[in-house]
Amino acid sequence: MNTVLLPLLVAVPLFCAALLTMFTTGRLCRFLFLGTSTGALAAGFLLLWATRDGEVHVHQVGLWPAGVAIPFVIDTFSALMVTTTALLVLVCSAFAVATGEADRRYLPSLILVLSAGVYGALLTADLFNLFVFVEVMLLPSYGLMAIAGTLRGLRGGRVYVTANLLTSTIFLAGVALVYGTAGTVQLGELAGAARESPLVAVAMGLVLLAMMVKAAVIPVHGWLVRTYTAPSPAVTALFSGLHTKVAIYVIYRLYALVFDGDASLLWIGLVVFTATMAVGVMGAVGEGTTRSILVFHMVSQIGYILLGVALFTELGLMAGIFYLVHHMVVKASLFLSTGAVEHVHGTGELERLRGLAQREPLLALAFLGAALSLAGLPPFSGFVAKLALVAAAFDAGQWVVAAIAIAVSLITLMSMLKIWSSVFWGRPPEPERELRMADGPSKGGTTTITAPSAVTRIRTGLVLPAVALTAVTLCVGLGGQLLLDLSAQAAAHLLDTSAYVEAVTNR
Amino acid sequence: MTLAITIGVLIAGAVYLLLQRGMVRIVLGFVLLSHGANLLLMSAGGIFRRGEPLLGRQTAGALADPLPQAFVLTAIVIAFSITIYMLTLAVTGKGDDTEDAS
Repeated sequence: MNTVLLPLLVAVPLFCAALLTMFTTGRLCRFLFLGTSTGALAAGFLLLWATRDGEVHVHQVGLWPAGVAIPFVIDTFSALMVTTTALLVLVCSAFAVATGEADRRYLPSLILVLSAGVYGALLTADLFNLFVFVEVMLLPSYGLMAIAGTLRGLRGGRVYVTANLLTSTIFLAGVALVYGTAGTVQLGELAGAARESPLVAVAMGLVLLAMMVKAAVIPVHGWLVRTYTAPSPAVTALFSGLHTKVAIYVIYRLYALVFDGDASLLWIGLVVFTATMAVGVMGAVGEGTTRSILVFHMVSQIGYILLGVALFTELGLMAGIFYLVHHMVVKASLFLSTGAVEHVHGTGELERLRGLAQREPLLALAFLGAALSLAGLPPFSGFVAKLALVAAAFDAGQWVVAAIAIAVSLITLMSMLKIWSSVFWGRPPEPERELRMADGPSKGGTTTITAPSAVTRIRTGLVLPAVALTAVTLCVGLGGQLLLDLSAQAAAHLLDTSAYVEAVTNR
Repeated sequence: MTLAITIGVLIAGAVYLLLQRGMVRIVLGFVLLSHGANLLLMSAGGIFRRGEPLLGRQTAGALADPLPQAFVLTAIVIAFSITIYMLTLAVTGKGDDTEDAS
């Protein structure tokens, strides 16, 4: 593989973003917008193919000698993440085009810069460069948050900026302390450093703390549930798939590399991540709109994903990585299917929606499939992911954790059925009722059921993104072995980091 | 020691301002916080070697570490741009965040 092309994954989206600032609307603009992400998806599959046997490819940016240059590394784990990210960016962009949001000035550019930041963060093997790419990812997100234009969006945007800036500053302080104690910020040279020196461990702990805030782990999850309900559905789906997941990727990578999987600290992770699972799902019980329920479930699912790194066994890491990929796809599908409802009918409140399944059978199927997958029912990918994770917890002797994981998935199922039964199931509101409402809207004021009138159908373009992602989770569930093999390959490199370290340090 | 005390004072001021209600005070708090973090980055490279990091001008032992300086330069640019953005946010939603700012 010609590794000189690796930085193009960051450079091409940035270049296209710059081009897109010059056009506002039109076919060329859309072609460039969607074409860039399609290209990134193709590149992701190529990288997966190139790393499927566990090879690690490195490009020292600028062709400086190893140790001076910033290394861009691709192994099975990062290739998996790049491919999933590209898929999500493509699907969410298609949804934004369908809702007409993509015609807003700068929105396509901001999304492309965001994706470039994510690819960079996934590829780089330098801690400070990681900080820079996380900022490249966050700056367009601040813009996307505000572009919603409503006052509510603006308030959410304020919380979002302050929470993330505080976390980034803690991250930067952590990087400074790592440089001060270890004398380097290159991940290859940092390998095992935190295990040898407690000073480096404390410094790296600060970096991990910042990443946990960004991943919205209990008890620092408050910013997520406050802000992800504010922007438009397409933007929320994109954020849910990318931001927290990059933080999770970094936690996996850093703990495996720098801490060398230090078993004496794993109990902290087990306690915190199990609490995240349980508290997240309970938070969803009291919520009344589709999006806030889904956001709380996101917190709960993040606990599941991070459980893999807290177990730090081969099976656990494999299950965690599989879960990560599964979750990115499924959560985006749920946000997009409920987002389509929200976009057309103007509300996501459970009390004001009813009986959409008759009207929109395809959308209902897409939601149901993704919801069952989230809860972990066969034949969807969620079943494979949860089975592997619970098996890993039993295997490691963590009976309590496994029991809580099963209980939480039952509550998840109940919560998904709550959305299903109030939004999609039941009889659609009758036309007479609608007429009465039209007669006297001033008398009511309480919970009147907004009857989606016969003319408001959800367009196919809005339905297809969610359907596509649900189809992906079904395929991954039916043919799970392929992704399981790739996850096992990625996990093997996290357990034994020598191949990664050798490639990065060129020794 | 001077540097440590300075960082401490900056962070203490930043925490006080961040806990205030008005958005402008929060932004000022972040300015102080990023200054503190930048000084921490500087101190990570060692502060006793102060020669300009150019080859052939000084002996190797007297050169300052150029890497933290490059880090700080990048961090300043990022913090600056976000500060501008946050000030815009403070102006746009004027009056909805300052219930008891007086």
